[in-house]
Amino acid sequence: MAPLLDYETLRLIWWALMGVLLIGFALTDGFDLGTTTLLPFVARTDQERRMVINSIGATWEGNQVWFILGGGAIFAAWPFVYAVSFSGFYLAMFVVLSALILRPVGFKYRSKRSDLAWRTRWDWALFVGGFVPALVFGVAVGNVLAGIPFRLDSDLRAFYEGGLLGLFHPFSLVAGLLSVAMLVLHGAAWLAIKIERGVVHDRASRFGQMAAILSIVLFALGGVMTATMDMGFRVADTVDPAGPSNPLLAGAVAAPGAWLDNYARYPWMLVSPALGFVGPLLALFGIRSGREALAFSGSSLGALGIISTVGLSMFPFILPSSIDPASSLTVWNASSSHLTLFIMLVVTIFFLPIVLLYTAWVYKILFGRVTLRDVDTNPDFY
Amino acid sequence: MIDMAVVELSRLQFALTALYHFLFVPLTLGLSFLLVIMESIYVMTGRPIWRTITRFWGKIFGINFVLGVATGITMEFQFGTNWSYYSHYVGDVFGAPLAIEGLMAFFLEATFVGLMFFGWDKLSKPAHLFTTFMVALGSNLSALWILIANGWMQHPTGARFNPETMRMEVHDFMAVLFNPVAQAKFVHTVSAGYVCASVFVLGISAWYLLKGKWTALARRSFTVAAAFGLASSLSVVVLGDESGYALTDNQKMKLAALEAMWHTEPAPAGIAVFGIPSLEGRETRYEVKIPYLLGLISTRSFTGEVSGIFELVAKAEDRIENGVHAYDAVERLKTDRHDLAAREQFERHKLDLGYAMLLKRFVADPRQATPDQIRQAAWTTVPNVPVMFWVFRVMAGLGFFFILFFACAFYFSTIRRFDARWFLRTAVWIIPLPWVAIEFGWILAEIGRQPWAVEGVLPTFLAASSLTVAQLWTTIVGFTLLYGALAVIEVRLMLATIRHGPVEPPPPEPDVSSSTGGYTPLPAE
Ligand code: HDD
Ligand code: HEM
Ligand code: HEM
Repeated sequence: MAPLLDYETLRLIWWALMGVLLIGFALTDGFDLGTTTLLPFVARTDQERRMVINSIGATWEGNQVWFILGGGAIFAAWPFVYAVSFSGFYLAMFVVLSALILRPVGFKYRSKRSDLAWRTRWDWALFVGGFVPALVFGVAVGNVLAGIPFRLDSDLRAFYEGGLLGLFHPFSLVAGLLSVAMLVLHGAAWLAIKIERGVVHDRASRFGQMAAILSIVLFALGGVMTATMDMGFRVADTVDPAGPSNPLLAGAVAAPGAWLDNYARYPWMLVSPALGFVGPLLALFGIRSGREALAFSGSSLGALGIISTVGLSMFPFILPSSIDPASSLTVWNASSSHLTLFIMLVVTIFFLPIVLLYTAWVYKILFGRVTLRDVDTNPDFY
Repeated sequence: MIDMAVVELSRLQFALTALYHFLFVPLTLGLSFLLVIMESIYVMTGRPIWRTITRFWGKIFGINFVLGVATGITMEFQFGTNWSYYSHYVGDVFGAPLAIEGLMAFFLEATFVGLMFFGWDKLSKPAHLFTTFMVALGSNLSALWILIANGWMQHPTGARFNPETMRMEVHDFMAVLFNPVAQAKFVHTVSAGYVCASVFVLGISAWYLLKGKWTALARRSFTVAAAFGLASSLSVVVLGDESGYALTDNQKMKLAALEAMWHTEPAPAGIAVFGIPSLEGRETRYEVKIPYLLGLISTRSFTGEVSGIFELVAKAEDRIENGVHAYDAVERLKTDRHDLAAREQFERHKLDLGYAMLLKRFVADPRQATPDQIRQAAWTTVPNVPVMFWVFRVMAGLGFFFILFFACAFYFSTIRRFDARWFLRTAVWIIPLPWVAIEFGWILAEIGRQPWAVEGVLPTFLAASSLTVAQLWTTIVGFTLLYGALAVIEVRLMLATIRHGPVEPPPPEPDVSSSTGGYTPLPAE
């Protein structure tokens, strides 16, 4: 019996789905991260802060599942990637997880006591829970582009060189700051839609404009660095896209500058970087002209463009190795088996639309701006 | 070579974070269904007191829930961070239930939980009840999927080793899904969660009754918890037995160890209620046995045999010797994928490949192993007998105690007597006991699986990531400090909320409250 979808196609679909999940995470939980990063700066009084917190209070938890599902889906579809990346970034992962742990408790516990010192401490905890993951995710992507120092032995066990501090170099810092700017812009655009117009709204808009400009500049800078620095890898022509998932069977080599090859080969891919610039521009324009829906669409398109640019530039690489390019993980050598990919695809096609439907329903019920008055009167607010 | 310190520390960290995660999980599992019951009564009768009751326990649910979420995030990524070779080796099978859990369960509970707290005034009564139900459903579905994953580690069906990719791959997904061990585990574990929440609600209600505070709420909560608790405690014990039954086919060693049964006994075997198992002497001293019972429980017959540890070790020795041939074949296939002889040799011995890997603790290349090393490796398949022996007895003893306890509670609630002070005091004092039983249950299940990460397939010591001891200490200390601080904060808030009682803030505007049923503060009776 011929399978419904061949192995190569399934791998491509799952590579794209991994992108969908990461972008889903950036578009939904992304504005939660941005909003809590902005929290101490755009809201000064306790009442203002509660307004900002409650603009995401009811929905951030569902949004976070994009992140969790991202982890689970990579585990199921790209077990190699799950294994190598999270243990390779061991301490960075610990920092991210610790920061993320602060969020659930921060939201829930902050307003349980009226003591101001208690609340201020939690506000900073929420800031850490937004800013730190945003930064570290970007830094991690920067390192992936530059190549991760790991090698595989013949049992396919991974070994690493380099520690936490080695992750921070000029290029990865640019990537980290870009990630922060992109998510802060997204958070500011969310606040523009979701809270009543007034001082907090104005402050958020000002931060949003700065973040939009920064994200354009940093994206451009990142592009220049990618083109000119010693970065890029290439797979051998002989690689079999439907071969067994064993990196040692496929040859990959370092090829500085190769991250731009795909755009020459497939010019349509240029849409992604273009969106990475146009999105923040639209957002900037939307914020300035008070068209808040446009601003939010702009920041969403920006995130979509920036993240897909990374994926497309590296294709077919997922995790290149800087110390042993032949160990690099690619779309063709790091996936699950044909059967697992197929089953997981069926499950996803069935459940993802249901998830989107009820999520939309919940957002519809909660539609409308949060006001300072709500904060005083609604007994269910944090 | 494998650094055993790294392995031990990874195990310690996983045990700490999982046991900690599972402090919050059972209460979520049970309380979410109790909320559904309470709110259903509210929707059916329309009496505001039930709304107050639901909202009060809902507040407590919320405080607990967030820590379940916070600690769950760590768990989701820990397989990758700390068990990287494990993730590579079985990710093709094990990743799927985890991903489905996210898609089917976590999205459901996490999306609706916000609406459950924020939607009281935005939804009709039935719509809000639906929301609460979705949270309960989501939590319980998440338990289903994670236990399918865990059940596969205990009894790996439906997958085989692929030498081309050096890992296990699925060939029968249905076998993974309908794994009997996973099903028994699911029922036993969620029932344990229901017991836990019932004891909790009953205990706090008893405390209110003792203090004479909020008695209208307390009596009603008492009644709901007593009925739910009685059903669940029966289920946990009856189906705990089911879980023992599943072990006889799949994890004979686990059963022998929890019974400290060193030698096979003529059928039907007896069950020990007391004894001092000794690892060095490989014997159990001062044993007190009830004849026949174990054989009956675990084989459901008078003739089925329960194997003893010595016999199982001898069997393991055979399997190790067999496995070395499989190992040899895999090594040859590494150099030449198309070596037909090696392929054939692999097919013949592949079921024992995992056993050969047990030798890697003593010798880098299992093919060089001496008979002595093989015997040594065979003895590593015996888990920590004394720990299992006692942990099992405490859990099972508590199981029978809970049945008795809820039978009393149910009796008191049917004759509407809420003033038996000795009983109320007992109810307050035993609040921690379900957590003891539950944590002991997990220790039993997971220590009993040792030395395997995946039973018969992958030894734990090979499953860890190649990390350094310093990295592990950093995260163990870090998580301990963070989790410790959160535990203190959570317990304080919980106590404050309980002491504060079900007071609702006064309605903001009379017209709003009258249209929604009102949050009339409950008079302290
Ligand atoms: C029998 C039940 C059970 C077991 C064995 C586990 N969990 Fe759990 N988990 C739950 C039952 C649960 C739950 C009841 O669904 C939780 C607890 C409280 C909550 O909010 O949801 C949860 C929360 C929770 C979350 C947050 C979900 C969210 O955002 O809503 C994650 C990512 C995990 N868990 C992951 C894991 C992993 C990877 C485990 C394996 C080691 C694990 N859990 C063991
Ligand atoms: C939340 C409830 C759980 C608790 C309390 C728990 C408890 C433990 C304990 C005590 C250990 C250490 C055993 C030892 O090394 O001696 C352990 C190890 C482990 N458990 Fe669990 N466990 C839980 C759920 C799970 C689930 C659901 C899975 C898989 C889906 C799982 C997978 C593992 C793994 C991979 C290890 C590390 C390897 C090992 O030591 O075998 N655990 N767990
Ligand atoms: C007579 C009563 C009981 C018996 C015979 C029993 C039996 C068992 C057995 C054999 C296991 C190990 C399963 C495995 O290794 O896979 C287990 C695990 C467990 N038990 Fe019990 N149990 C009893 C009562 C309880 C009670 C009262 C609770 C909690 C309220 C509880 C909670 C658990 C939990 C959480 C686990 C770990 C999850 C699992 O493996 O299913 N048990 N039990």
